[in-house]
Amino acid sequence: MPSTRVDLDPGELPDHAARLLDDGHRLALVAAHHDDPGTIRVVYLFVQGPPDTRTELHVRLDARTPAVPTLARLSFPAGRFEREMRDLHGIVPLDHPLPHRLVRHPHWPRGWYPMRPDAGPPPEFGTPEGPFPFLTVEGPGVYEIPVGPVHAGLIEPGHFRFSVVGETILKLKARLWYVHKGIEKLFEGREPAQALALTERISGDTAVGHALAYCLAVEDATGVQVPLRARRARALLLELERVHNHVTDLGALCNDVGHGILNAHAWRIRERLLRLNHTVTGHRLLRGGVVLGGANLRALPEHAELAAVRADIRDLVDLALGHPTVRDRFTGTAILSAQAAHDLGCLGYVARASGLPTDARHAHPFHDLGDLLTTRVLDTGDVLARFRIRALEADDSLTLIDHLTTELPTGPRVADPAPPPHPTRRSGVGITEGWRGTITTRIELAPDGLLSRVKIADPSFFNWPALPIALADTIVPDFPLTNKSFNLSYAGNDL
Amino acid sequence: MNLTGTAAVAAQVGLVTAGAPWLAGLMRQVRARLEGRAGPGIGQPWRDLRKQLRKQPVTATGTGPAFRTAPLVLVATALVVTALVPLASTRTPVSGHADLIVVVALLALGTVALALAGLDTGTAFGGMGASREMTVAALVEPTLLMSVFALSIPAGSTNLADIVSGAVHDPGRLATPTGLLAAVALLAVTVAETGRLPVDNPSTHLELTMIHEAMVLEYSGPDLALIELGAQLRLTVLLGLLAALFTPWGITTGTGWAALALALVLLAAKVALLGSVLAAAEVFLAKIRLFRVPELLAGASELAIARAGFAAGLGWAVTVALVLVLVAFAALTGRSARMLLGPPPEPATPVRFGASVWLPLLAGLLACAALGITTAPLADLLAAAASIGGH
Repeated sequence: MPSTRVDLDPGELPDHAARLLDDGHRLALVAAHHDDPGTIRVVYLFVQGPPDTRTELHVRLDARTPAVPTLARLSFPAGRFEREMRDLHGIVPLDHPLPHRLVRHPHWPRGWYPMRPDAGPPPEFGTPEGPFPFLTVEGPGVYEIPVGPVHAGLIEPGHFRFSVVGETILKLKARLWYVHKGIEKLFEGREPAQALALTERISGDTAVGHALAYCLAVEDATGVQVPLRARRARALLLELERVHNHVTDLGALCNDVGHGILNAHAWRIRERLLRLNHTVTGHRLLRGGVVLGGANLRALPEHAELAAVRADIRDLVDLALGHPTVRDRFTGTAILSAQAAHDLGCLGYVARASGLPTDARHAHPFHDLGDLLTTRVLDTGDVLARFRIRALEADDSLTLIDHLTTELPTGPRVADPAPPPHPTRRSGVGITEGWRGTITTRIELAPDGLLSRVKIADPSFFNWPALPIALADTIVPDFPLTNKSFNLSYAGNDL
Repeated sequence: MNLTGTAAVAAQVGLVTAGAPWLAGLMRQVRARLEGRAGPGIGQPWRDLRKQLRKQPVTATGTGPAFRTAPLVLVATALVVTALVPLASTRTPVSGHADLIVVVALLALGTVALALAGLDTGTAFGGMGASREMTVAALVEPTLLMSVFALSIPAGSTNLADIVSGAVHDPGRLATPTGLLAAVALLAVTVAETGRLPVDNPSTHLELTMIHEAMVLEYSGPDLALIELGAQLRLTVLLGLLAALFTPWGITTGTGWAALALALVLLAAKVALLGSVLAAAEVFLAKIRLFRVPELLAGASELAIARAGFAAGLGWAVTVALVLVLVAFAALTGRSARMLLGPPPEPATPVRFGASVWLPLLAGLLACAALGITTAPLADLLAAAASIGGH
């Protein structure tokens, strides 16, 4: 899918961006590129669909004093991308309304920007960059509860600061970014095929989503046409990933309200699905299924197995929603309004549970699923809606898998066409609807065909700010349930 | 002083102490099996205790005596309660002190010691857990005391040994509405007091939802072992008390050795059965929202009040009151259902405020005023309670 490229001076950027946003585009990612020692090129990718439209704004900056006019007042995600870019590249967003550090670890040495070409190996931790101030809420009876970044269970690290009165949350500040791994830097200078394994490990539960977005980007850059059979196989893998993750969440949500038996059954169903994944791709989390130019299936799911899993999931959902206490705990808990979800740029099931019909399978299709694709939308925006949307989507995914299985020949080993020796465009964008939401990956190739820059935007990057908004006026003991209903990735957020 | 009585106390304390971790293990295992999991086996709590007791004691910096003494106070109060309650025999050297109010107060002492320890750590979780625990305790204690008074009325004493031996000799007491209501109310209190579903979730790892566990997050090693043992003892002794009060069969009232041995075996069997039933019931429950806990315990409290009414010989009054409540509730439901769900009324049919409306209203208000001034049925109940209090 070719995209329109517009080269701009920094001063022209806000007007262009405002026009695109008014036009219904959303900002999918912002990436900085150090083309040569003197200049930094910042790419703003705006997308809209259907019909699939992609517009790139390229802005060149002087590398000695890199600064861009801020877009934070036009789009909330833009403000976050700018803060990320400042922390990793040292590009200053001028007049930013919220200029705190975002990605930066407090112990990184001052003036060290890991994504710059001259950054070198990770240095020793230096003195802290000063405290990270939390807004203090004042008033009679207000107190603070600090939680994390080390938690009691097997959860990724995040620090949460609750300001509460009694048990009611007045304000929550989530401080994430404890897991920076330098993944985008690791891509640089690698062969595109060699880097595929890295994309499958960006967020362990989203192997297919990230690998597919990356493959689509590379194929976009090199002009490779993927055969229909492989596209179907990829769509099948994407839905297999959605089902097993949604089932896990359905069980975990029941577990968080103390109804452990449904979690035990969810794990049983999940195990069944993981074994199915293993027969299909040879890996329980579907790694190795998507390859550059094609897909690699060892076997196809059987209809009877899919039907049995579908019946199991329906039983689980009926039992959960039929339980008065479980239903009571879910209903009306942590409501995210459609307006807030829209303003924050939420994606995936979080957005769809709040009434926003975002779905990259519909807006940016790599394979036409036709009438089979239904984008489910619920409008209550509470934990119940986020539970039900997962149940509906898991069911829909099984329908899609069942249908795609009939279209694929048995036992396909889909051939990988060799990429053409001379890349045609040298940059490409891949957009997929991973199970958490829309994943956008943009790559650039050097003239020798090696990767020069890979930028990944996981849906969690867009959805994390929605969690504190939804939690206002919720009680503290409902936080873990709400957090699970969002189930955002820390690893995918902090690359 | 009788030898079997002393032996009964010693055996009872030994059995409960040794059996408490096994009971916890049994309950977890029952739950695991019912959920289709293998489970770690019923010996796991004992293995955990052994592991923790071997560890180096660590105390959080800045904590004072409250933090250090709480585990000991918790276990000590639980052990004293274990010695006092007539689980195996009603004729022991301490049965004269086995007062229900003493038992309730000892349990509350343990709870308060833990809450103080939670506050002493100075962490947000300790304070949060202590605050939640005290909220629950404030709802539990009145219910517990109300149950105590209701149970004491037929026996004419708050002494547990008297209540139990009275029930052994007159089992008919247990089949009354009093007995059933008391059983339900005490069960609800046991669940809340020992931090089980649906009030608290003992197996959660989510620190923000915890009640009991949040208070003890800072404990480790031998102190944690004591806390866990204390919690297991309280659960065991409360279940034992439930069994003794409502299924007193087998508890010896004499001095025979064989009867004592049988009583101990039956005690173990009854508590294990009760624990398994509770664990099995938990499989079907979910944890209620924290702000719903008062509703659950207020329900238990109302049951206790109704039961006290029956026990005071005012069964007719309570029955009439319950029927009236039902009628009022049905009328309210009918009216509001029509208002909320029915078709919209024809426009402009004004409600006439005639005699048929204000006469019942006035009568009701007068009745309420008369009740408030004379407290006629309540006076007997209060007098009965006062006479028990004064022995």
